[in-house]
Amino acid sequence: MSAHGSLIPAHHPPNPQPLSRRALLGTAAAAVAAPALLAGCAVGGDGTPDQAEGQKNAKNPLGVAEDAPLEVVIFNGGFGEDYAKAHEVMYKENFPKATINHSAVTEIGKTLQPRFIDGTPPDVINNSGAGQIDPGTLVAQGQLADLTDLLNAPSLDVAGKTVRQTLLPGAVETGSFDGKVFILNYAYTVYGIWYSTKLFNEKGWQYPKTWDEHIALCKTIKAAGIAPWTYQGLHPRYMSWPVISTAIKFAGPQVALDIDNLQPNAWKSEGMRMAADAWYQIVRDKYILEGSPGLDHKQSQTEWCNGKAAFISCGSWLENEQKAVTPAGFNMAVAPTPSLGKGDKLPFEAVRGTAGEPFVVPAKAKNLRGGMEYLRTMLSMKGAKDFTGKVSSLTIVAGSADGATLPFGLDSCVKVLKASGDKGFNWVYSTYYRKLERNLVDAACGEFFSGRIGPAEFLDKCQRGADEIAADPAFKKYKRTA
Amino acid sequence: MRHGKYPLLAAFLLPALGVYATFVISPYAQAFFIAMTDWQGLTSKFNMIGFNNFRYLLKDSYLWNALWHNILLMLLLPVLTIALGLFLASMLNVGNGKGRVRGVRGSAFYKVIFFAPQVLSVAIIGVLWKEIYNPRSGLLNGGLRAIGLDGLAKTWLGDPDYAFWAVLAVMVWANAGFYVVLFGAAMQSIPRDIYEAAALDGTSRWTTLWRITLPLVWDSVQVAWVYLAILALDGFALVQVMTRGGPNFSTDVVGQRMYDVAFGEFKFGQGSAIGVIMFFLTLSITVVALRLTRRERIEFS
Repeated sequence: MSAHGSLIPAHHPPNPQPLSRRALLGTAAAAVAAPALLAGCAVGGDGTPDQAEGQKNAKNPLGVAEDAPLEVVIFNGGFGEDYAKAHEVMYKENFPKATINHSAVTEIGKTLQPRFIDGTPPDVINNSGAGQIDPGTLVAQGQLADLTDLLNAPSLDVAGKTVRQTLLPGAVETGSFDGKVFILNYAYTVYGIWYSTKLFNEKGWQYPKTWDEHIALCKTIKAAGIAPWTYQGLHPRYMSWPVISTAIKFAGPQVALDIDNLQPNAWKSEGMRMAADAWYQIVRDKYILEGSPGLDHKQSQTEWCNGKAAFISCGSWLENEQKAVTPAGFNMAVAPTPSLGKGDKLPFEAVRGTAGEPFVVPAKAKNLRGGMEYLRTMLSMKGAKDFTGKVSSLTIVAGSADGATLPFGLDSCVKVLKASGDKGFNWVYSTYYRKLERNLVDAACGEFFSGRIGPAEFLDKCQRGADEIAADPAFKKYKRTA
Repeated sequence: MRHGKYPLLAAFLLPALGVYATFVISPYAQAFFIAMTDWQGLTSKFNMIGFNNFRYLLKDSYLWNALWHNILLMLLLPVLTIALGLFLASMLNVGNGKGRVRGVRGSAFYKVIFFAPQVLSVAIIGVLWKEIYNPRSGLLNGGLRAIGLDGLAKTWLGDPDYAFWAVLAVMVWANAGFYVVLFGAAMQSIPRDIYEAAALDGTSRWTTLWRITLPLVWDSVQVAWVYLAILALDGFALVQVMTRGGPNFSTDVVGQRMYDVAFGEFKFGQGSAIGVIMFFLTLSITVVALRLTRRERIEFS
């Protein structure tokens, strides 16, 4: 539909005919009455693109057209854009004839939505940030290229291995929808509970391994005049992470599988009940910094950095995010959630490690092969090491952080991951159904951790949210088996 | 004479009209069309689903919740803002009694103070007040604690019982200044001798405001009412910056709902349907408000 048409004189000015008021109104009315024609402007027109393709050979396993231009759009957020420029230089070393069009924006969705509609998306997109395009919808609408070819291609610089074989366990699954991989989550993120080792060393506190130790320590911390906990009050979903983690460690990964698959009453499983009951203790006994529910993520994290609270739940971006306000020698470290008890299915060391920072290649990209090759460049050992060095974050390429000097917090992430080994776990409902975590579970956590509702109502509220999503045909449903 | 007139007129009118049609009328028309589809905003593919979006929204408790907040805003924001604006304007312009018609001491200074929020963008106002409402280091709780009113210190934006009122207060604060100036200008145009006559008759300040000033600035009040009612139907920008509708949807407004549904859930059809609902609401509110506030004009003679 490219009918911009019939739109009053605008496109054929100036009209020499005398124009009466009545005629004018008539035209305007026609314009309103014929929206179908006008609609072309916002929702119209995509052609089938000519996709560049070259000769496949050992050096060029994906069959990239050597001279095809490559367009890369980077989310200009916590990681900046310099790391991408370095990857682009590496790509150009292998394909000197290609020109690379690089841009970095903060609002990925608003910038690129018209280009998806138009059928002319860029070749690589770092679909990240608060303004990202809902990944579930992108997949459901068939807008993303299947990355299987890339994963089965040989690694650029790890001899004898395919790209897939060079990645950390679980990394590919986070971008899989119904068995196909559409999203490459490049950075490896650890979710856990953060504390200042300096504070703990000074006071002689030990990070608690069991729930009872945790509560006992909270008592000690409170007695010392510090609030044991704070959380990102206006974005309370951060607290859903330790609750779900506790449940998974107690009852096993099935808890996460059921939640992701929208199983009936998944949020009210025994594991979730035990976990919610346990976490309610820090609310009931007032172990949370006063006023936390009214703080946003930056405000609460800053209170924590200033030593007003001992624990906070966050992902491994915390260290970078707080760089400007963290006192020298604060030495933040991450740790897994405490075990509920001896009966836990997973050991204390088990932690939620998952791939984040999504990269995609649109299905209609002009240089789709080049887009995948660019991801292959990112996933080379050289590309990954460069990323870790530049932005202080781990990548999904196994061993890419070896030998690098890491900041204190990131170093603790590496250690925690190593200890967790193959016991690590994850959930992806937040990717399948963004709204469920960002709005519904978020609201439930807000009520729960500010003490307005108890654990049973909290789980009811989460379940109601999940049921809403399950009942809404507008959301395509995904299933995973592992 | 007549031959040359129309081409000339057209040459001036048509380009402007074209721009208006392209950038105002056409988007409206498209919104109506998109509201009838299940368009997800990423491809050019969609299905016509008639009024299904509206049927869904009719039963959508989130939308009703948001709409209720807009209605509350619409009832309270104009009343509070106009009352405050009238009071301050009359103090600044005709507040000083004793037979002389002028404002209280230092009124020029106050005018600047009251008008100040008007020059700030909504985003800045939102961020500013977010910090003021910060329960730990914010000015508001700090002030309350400093004067020993610890019991009144709340978590404000973090508490569903207070968040809405906190946002409403910011709206009133941000808008009152403009109406102080608007009403002030209207009051300046009231002939002084009316006040002098009233003063001779010994009317109290309250009677003067109620019986003389208010009827004579009624036109301005009417305009303010419509303006504020439309503003109350929106409220999106401030809510987006301060609370994003939370906690627990306690500050959700229809504009925020539209944004979440379209740009968060990528249901552009349904989002457009919310937009269409807002369009008709705003239109009818305006018509109703203009009817209700219509009164005989008072002519100064």
